[in-house]
Amino acid sequence: MTARIIALLRWAYDFVVGDDWRVALGVVAALALTYAVSTTSMPAWWILPAAVAILLPVSLWRATRL
Amino acid sequence: MGSGALFIAVFLACLVEAVEALTIVLAAGAGRDWRSAITGAGSALAVLVLIVAALGPALTAIPLGGLRLVVGGLLLIFGLQWLHKAILRASGLKSLHDETAIYRAELAAARAAPTVSKTMITDWYSFTLSFKGVLLEGLEVAFIALTFGANQHNIPLAAAAAVAAVVLVTGTGLAVRAPLARVPENTMKFAVGVMLTSFGVFWGAEGAGASWPGGDTALLVVVPAVALFAVTLVAAWRLKIPAITPAGRRP
Repeated sequence: MTARIIALLRWAYDFVVGDDWRVALGVVAALALTYAVSTTSMPAWWILPAAVAILLPVSLWRATRL
Repeated sequence: MGSGALFIAVFLACLVEAVEALTIVLAAGAGRDWRSAITGAGSALAVLVLIVAALGPALTAIPLGGLRLVVGGLLLIFGLQWLHKAILRASGLKSLHDETAIYRAELAAARAAPTVSKTMITDWYSFTLSFKGVLLEGLEVAFIALTFGANQHNIPLAAAAAVAAVVLVTGTGLAVRAPLARVPENTMKFAVGVMLTSFGVFWGAEGAGASWPGGDTALLVVVPAVALFAVTLVAAWRLKIPAITPAGRRP
């Protein structure tokens, strides 16, 4: 039973997070920053596009650097 | 987002996953036992329908802001994963998704496995191979259909797009009795990656409290911008090939 729960949790992690946990963490951080900035008078819409512009090349670079 | 964009995004995502699931079901059927393979695929589809029926109304009950924050974040993570793989494939650093090769490998594995019968199921291997293949490929599509549909308050249209793709792939697969290798799967995955990333960016930012300049029309800029950025990355990584793999392409 425990093994099945662990297998299910592993599957859920792979399903949501995927191969590169840094991308998932970066997205969560960018969303948190968007929320924080949106509570001020500054525009916050640009943060997620900027996150994509950073996260995607970095994940590609990590996958191909070796 | 218009109904057309919702339909196209879900239809394309569902089509590529259905093509992959079909390859597995065909291998299980041709290599082992058709009846068990079809029963497995049908059972998995029934589970997927139950999941959509159970989660659909629950998702629409969540306040739109919270829904867009969570769904936008998840779509963005999924989209970046799809784009990551699509860019590596398009730039030649990852082998293209080849349904014929996958079919051959699945067929060989299916033929080598021992036969075990369980109640009502003639061949348990065929059943579980089909069931797992359809369920796992279908779960991501179910999620995409549900989240796109819930965000647009149009789950029936998203479900119709998903069903249309499944019917098209199933019908074609039954007609040709072979993996659908001619479907431009890699290009479609690239397009789906662009759509998921774009809508993830748009909804995630809105859910987190940001306001887009121009409101919904900002999507008309976000989608082409993400596509252009992805194409630029393909070009950049193609230039890197000689430096990365002097002996040839990475498998």
